[in-house]
Amino acid sequence: MDDARSTIMQKIRTAMRVSAGDAERNATVDARLSQAPKGIVPMRGQLPQPGQVDLFEEMATRFNATVSRVAGYGQVPAEVLAYLRGHNLPAAIRVGADARLGQAGWERERTLEVLHGFSDGNDLAGVSHALSGIAETGTLALESGPDNPTTINFLPEHHIVVVRAGDIRGDMEAVWEMLRGKHGKGQMPRAFNLITGPSRSGDIEQTILLGAHGPRALHIIIVE
Amino acid sequence: MTSNAMNAAKRPQVGLFATCLVDLFRPSVGFASVKLIEDAGCDVHVPVAQTCCGQPAYNSGDRADTREIAEQVIEAFEGFDFVVAPSGSCASMLKKHYPGLFAGDAAWEDRARKFSEKCHELVSFLADVMMVRNTGASLEGSVTYHDSCSGLRELGVREQPRKLLAQVRGADLKEMTDSDVCCGFGGTFCVKYSDISNAIVTKKVTNIDASGADMLLAGDLGCLMNMAGKLKRIGSKVEVRHVAEVLAGMTDKAPIAGGGK
Amino acid sequence: MELTSNRFKQNASKALVDAQLQKALGNVEKGFIAKRQKSADALPEFDALRDNARDIKNHVLAHLDLYLEAYETKVTAAGGHVHWAETAEDARRIVLDICKRVGARTVTKGKSMITEEIALNDHLTANGIEPVETDLGEYIIQLRGEHPSHIIAPAVHLNKDQVESDFRRVHTHLDAGRDLSEPVSLLSEAREVLRQRYFAADVGITGANFLIAETGTSVIVTNEGNGDLTQTLGKVHVVVASIEKIVPTLEDTSQILRVLARSATGQDMSVYTTFSTGPKRPEDPDGPDEYHVVLLDNGRSAMLGTEYQDMLRCIRCGACMNHCPVYHAVGGHAYGSVYPGPMGAVLTPSLNGIDETGQLPNASTFCGRCEAVCPMRIPLPKMMRHWREREFERNLQPAVARYGLKAWAFFAKRPKLYRLFAGMGMPVLSMMGGASHRFRSLPLAGGWTKYRDLPAPEGKTFQQQWAERQSRKPEAA
Repeated sequence: MDDARSTIMQKIRTAMRVSAGDAERNATVDARLSQAPKGIVPMRGQLPQPGQVDLFEEMATRFNATVSRVAGYGQVPAEVLAYLRGHNLPAAIRVGADARLGQAGWERERTLEVLHGFSDGNDLAGVSHALSGIAETGTLALESGPDNPTTINFLPEHHIVVVRAGDIRGDMEAVWEMLRGKHGKGQMPRAFNLITGPSRSGDIEQTILLGAHGPRALHIIIVE
Repeated sequence: MTSNAMNAAKRPQVGLFATCLVDLFRPSVGFASVKLIEDAGCDVHVPVAQTCCGQPAYNSGDRADTREIAEQVIEAFEGFDFVVAPSGSCASMLKKHYPGLFAGDAAWEDRARKFSEKCHELVSFLADVMMVRNTGASLEGSVTYHDSCSGLRELGVREQPRKLLAQVRGADLKEMTDSDVCCGFGGTFCVKYSDISNAIVTKKVTNIDASGADMLLAGDLGCLMNMAGKLKRIGSKVEVRHVAEVLAGMTDKAPIAGGGK
Repeated sequence: MELTSNRFKQNASKALVDAQLQKALGNVEKGFIAKRQKSADALPEFDALRDNARDIKNHVLAHLDLYLEAYETKVTAAGGHVHWAETAEDARRIVLDICKRVGARTVTKGKSMITEEIALNDHLTANGIEPVETDLGEYIIQLRGEHPSHIIAPAVHLNKDQVESDFRRVHTHLDAGRDLSEPVSLLSEAREVLRQRYFAADVGITGANFLIAETGTSVIVTNEGNGDLTQTLGKVHVVVASIEKIVPTLEDTSQILRVLARSATGQDMSVYTTFSTGPKRPEDPDGPDEYHVVLLDNGRSAMLGTEYQDMLRCIRCGACMNHCPVYHAVGGHAYGSVYPGPMGAVLTPSLNGIDETGQLPNASTFCGRCEAVCPMRIPLPKMMRHWREREFERNLQPAVARYGLKAWAFFAKRPKLYRLFAGMGMPVLSMMGGASHRFRSLPLAGGWTKYRDLPAPEGKTFQQQWAERQSRKPEAA
């Protein structure tokens, strides 16, 4: 709708008394987009990195996730299995193609069924690997793609997310830098999910209930 | 005579903007204000050319009349060191809203800005400008304090009345739930939307009653008349007074409402 | 929805005697206010972030044309499509065309006020396409044929029992003897019912909390996860968003995110903040095949450069209505417009004209609590007053109010006459008040005395008594 586009643009420019070719305005916008100045970054997350990991765990727990720590990827399968047993769940998970998870040695847990690919809605538990954790709010940052399909974040009843302790950052701004480092400035994965706790709803009498349309439980495994 | 005049020259000269509601309905509040300001070391003047701050016109969208009234107030009061009103809402009108009325008229805008800097709500003037810590009053009984909206949110009047009330001998402050929530007065709102206003003031008087205080205080006569009217209608015995009456120790006049009769 | 804002008073009077509604409205005051305060208090930078958030949006509005162009370029580069819609009708047509082209029979919807604004559901239904609301609150009110009564808690006007009876009425395929007494059982039932709908839907429609110019990304902020299922499982994802949702960068987004959830629900972050950029990529195992953004103006550009421009900073958190004593008293439906509460009282006249909506900016005590909690520092009372000025200029207010005001202003502008009449009137009125010092009714004061007594004046005016006192003082000047 080129007509609508030019009409709207014209209305905006007339209302603001500006012209499209104003070099100064263009330069202002270009500078902001390219420099992406940080605003106020809360002090809460400005800690030495190990402190950020502790804060991440504290905040994630506060917002109804459960957190456990393991020493290496080799311990992830056992931790996942223990979680499933602890919740009386069948020993089955859905997991994407993330290499770090792929090399974790799932085959050692013989009773565990590992399904690969995206979730079709029939999985009770899914395992993802996060790009990062954000300490200030206990938030996980996950990227879409074959490694960690988005459907695993939302369809299984239990979402288990693995995050490397060294990838945890104090604040959102540090994670934007990680994203740019990985994908390039101005580029994003198709879906980028910030997840803080399990899904919930307060729509019935403003009573907070966990487990709405997304996972009923969120378990985080920090790999040190 | 000469030394008197010299002393007078050093004492801050305060123009009391009595407000129309105090002038018409509750002159006691005016005299309590005079006493408090004089005790704080100021001389008080009451210019005769005052009527109302113009809020009814302003909040009804009538800018032209509001501006005329504002000019009249500024002319009558700009010569004083301070302009004080026993009302958060009228003081805020003078202080926060007058300058905007003259936007685009440089001479008046500047005049209005200078004027606005001199304007204060009574209790915050006493506490923040004159550094009054104790008004020397006493009172037998418990009080609860309603934060009137404009004073609270536009002028930051919150701790000042509480601190001064804490120094009133014998007075026990019992905070009500939601003391910072509107009483439903809102100027013409309370008659234009009387059903809604009633719902709001009903919640307010429930909280006042639940506080268990003998007396309700606030810094705005509009809100006080609204709450007093509702308390009377439901047969409550809670006495209603302007905070200035208690701080000045002038509680001999019958209260706005209550008092057991 | 049908605009009934000019029947606000009647709507409000009905709401005030609706016992079910009054019970439900108690939840607004009970929940939101304390939670917001607690989360704001826990972040020392909260107020500074509000200033920053305000400045970011002001910057965007001053450069809106350029940021929209930058955003469009990035969306297109990511394989998405941008559609421009001047009016609600244009937006409806664009969405319908997309749905028809892919042969859609049902569409799922994430919670979105903008699609309420353009009345999308009615339009789709009329054209044979079934819209399915997937947010729990939206789902409930869709079952009831209602509209949201709150911008983030659409079903806040309802009680659990009402929801239960709606579910029993509609979900007839389920066991009639099932236990739905607990809210969690209602939630589970909605989850089960809606799960099937996501997979069956051809198109998923969401709104957007932000459109990021730097990356061509749309952002939704939700708690339930329904928005993500809506936009991930449909073959086509359509984002409907108004032009002022633009923010420059990821950094700017995080500034505003830090005040959004805290102001809305008192959470530090909502559960899901999802950034979507374009359709499914070649290597992707999931995600929509097509990604469309419908950019809607619908009156926003006309607010730019006016005294209502600040309203375009609004991020739809709902804090203003959560803190509004009028909203607490009457609920959202009384406003008779898509957007209720203080933000609606400013925005609705901009969208629908003051002639049809004049009640809304008048129905405020100007208590200022909305402005005090607004994360974007929007001066809501000031803008409501500006609408009253527009009304006054055009004589739209009721005649009684206009003449009363004029009569009062006549005296207010003439101090001598004022003193004369007040000096004569008040002592008389005082005597009329009698021994109880009050009026239970008084001519012309029915609006007051219907519900409260009018305290009688003390007697002589302050100015009279002051003049007497001064004349007794020998040293008086």
